[in-house]
Amino acid sequence: MSFVAHLINGISLGSVYALIALGYTMVYGIAKMLNFAHGDVIMIGGYVVFVTASGLGINPLAAIIVSMAACTVLGVTIERVAYRPLRGASPLAVLITAIGVSYLLQNVALLVFGSDTKAFSNVVTLQNLELFDGQLIIKSVTIVTVIVSIIIMVGLTFFVKKTKIGRAMTAVSEDQGAAQLMGINVNGTIAVTFAIGSSLAAVAGVLLCSAYPSLTPYTGSMPGIKAFVAAVFGGIGSIPGAFIGGILLGVIENLSKAYISSQLADAIVFSILIIVLLVKPTGLLGKKALEKV
Amino acid sequence: MAMLEVKDLHVHYGVIEAIKGISFEVEQGEVIALIGANGAGKTTTLHTVTGLIKPTSGSIIFEGKDITRTPGYKIVPMGMAHVPEGRRVFAQLSVYDNLMMGAYTRKDKNEIKENLHMVYERFPRLEERKTQMAGTLSGGEQQMLAMGRALMSQPSIILMDEPSMGLSPIFVNEIFDIIKRVSQSGTTVLLVEQNAKKALAIADRAYVLETGMISLEGDAGELMHNDAVKKAYLGE
Ligand SMILES: Nc1ncnc2c1ncn2[C@@H]1O[C@H](COP(=O)(O)OP(=O)(O)OP(=O)(O)O)[C@@H](O)[C@H]1O
Ligand SMILES: [Mg+2]
Repeated sequence: MSFVAHLINGISLGSVYALIALGYTMVYGIAKMLNFAHGDVIMIGGYVVFVTASGLGINPLAAIIVSMAACTVLGVTIERVAYRPLRGASPLAVLITAIGVSYLLQNVALLVFGSDTKAFSNVVTLQNLELFDGQLIIKSVTIVTVIVSIIIMVGLTFFVKKTKIGRAMTAVSEDQGAAQLMGINVNGTIAVTFAIGSSLAAVAGVLLCSAYPSLTPYTGSMPGIKAFVAAVFGGIGSIPGAFIGGILLGVIENLSKAYISSQLADAIVFSILIIVLLVKPTGLLGKKALEKV
Repeated sequence: MAMLEVKDLHVHYGVIEAIKGISFEVEQGEVIALIGANGAGKTTTLHTVTGLIKPTSGSIIFEGKDITRTPGYKIVPMGMAHVPEGRRVFAQLSVYDNLMMGAYTRKDKNEIKENLHMVYERFPRLEERKTQMAGTLSGGEQQMLAMGRALMSQPSIILMDEPSMGLSPIFVNEIFDIIKRVSQSGTTVLLVEQNAKKALAIADRAYVLETGMISLEGDAGELMHNDAVKKAYLGE
């Protein structure tokens, strides 16, 4: 039974990774850039919910919507101010800028909210699921996170494949110049991509902080890096790949912690990533060759 | 007034001046050929006209409107389409979706449908392969797709950048036939070509571009018999 419990914990963590990885992969897939600040947008999303729900006492659901709106504005602003002027610059310049934005967000949060850990109250107040006479408890936040990440994965896939703006995104991802020759507003399309990625970050932030209820300015940093690994693992740019990569990463990490060593868990996770990339350089579901960053 | 007027255009890549003050005009209904050696600046010229690159100075007037600083995506709905060098079809989209991308700025569903019908009539191969991924088409088929895609925006002028590049002689003839028919249906054509002989044969007038400057211009039939053109571009 303990194996099943560890597995479920892994899926719980993995579904948070999956949610974050979806944002990463979406932005990478369309704009061909790694938005390393994505994890920190999650942290900001967490603080917005903390301030509005715990501080101002508004309904948690409304707080999530406020947080999504705030993160969307933040994401679009970051794109407009930091990344758009670098369109056409070397990928390295963009990457360094993204890392800079990441530090900026962490330090702004440090300044505004302080370095102390905030106790985040779980917004998922549903009953936990008890199985086998209480021998196995699945937390409701786990169930909600898994369901939400599946819905978002399916929704995003549908959006990209079936809607006009989704197809414009595919066109932009393949060839920005040719997309412009079709009359597609490339900058606008990339802004929409950031808006979607950042509103997902807000959802991920809430669920991350609900499952692991402590919030600091560095809360988004490590899950952000892990989720990036998950996205590469699954095949960066691939929406189902991000989901599968996230879940697998969470499960591997948790099982390593449980059965091998909690200190070595991260090392094991990264070793597996390296092995996967050696065997299949494009990741599990990736099609195109991975671009150098 | 000419449909498209380019005046004293200068374009730089960094410090390198690729276009050094060219002027040309395209009248409604004409086929204009723009010929020149590799690196002369033909592609740069077309890219600047459709807004992919911004010029350093000079002006581009299209149907009376100054589009020199207009973002490229806003030029398409004004009636200008561009078949880019190297086709640049969307490899991961189906033939049908590629054609629909061409109609991206249009709203009227029925008109788009009619237009699609017209494109399929002109390029029966595209209809046969409409569900196929564009990346798996042959080079010639991709060229047809790139042309069909441009026609889906119902342009009043179409810019084509070396449509016959890399195609077998039979396909080359087919492509030139299509250009002729596009022109006959009332669309103005600005054609960049390496195949100067064929381009001059279907063009009304032509410009010869040499390292960023126009060295010769005039009636296509006359240029065909010009000694300098014969020597440099017709291999005679
Ligand atoms: N992105 C770029 N950056 C720097 N220089 C460029 C760029 N694109 C083109 N050039 C230079 O500008 C000049 C004109 O290039 P352009 O592609 O317009 O020539 P072209 O006439 O289309 O040649 P081709 O027949 O080979 O297609 C060339 O010297 C080329 O090296
Ligand atoms: Mg060229």
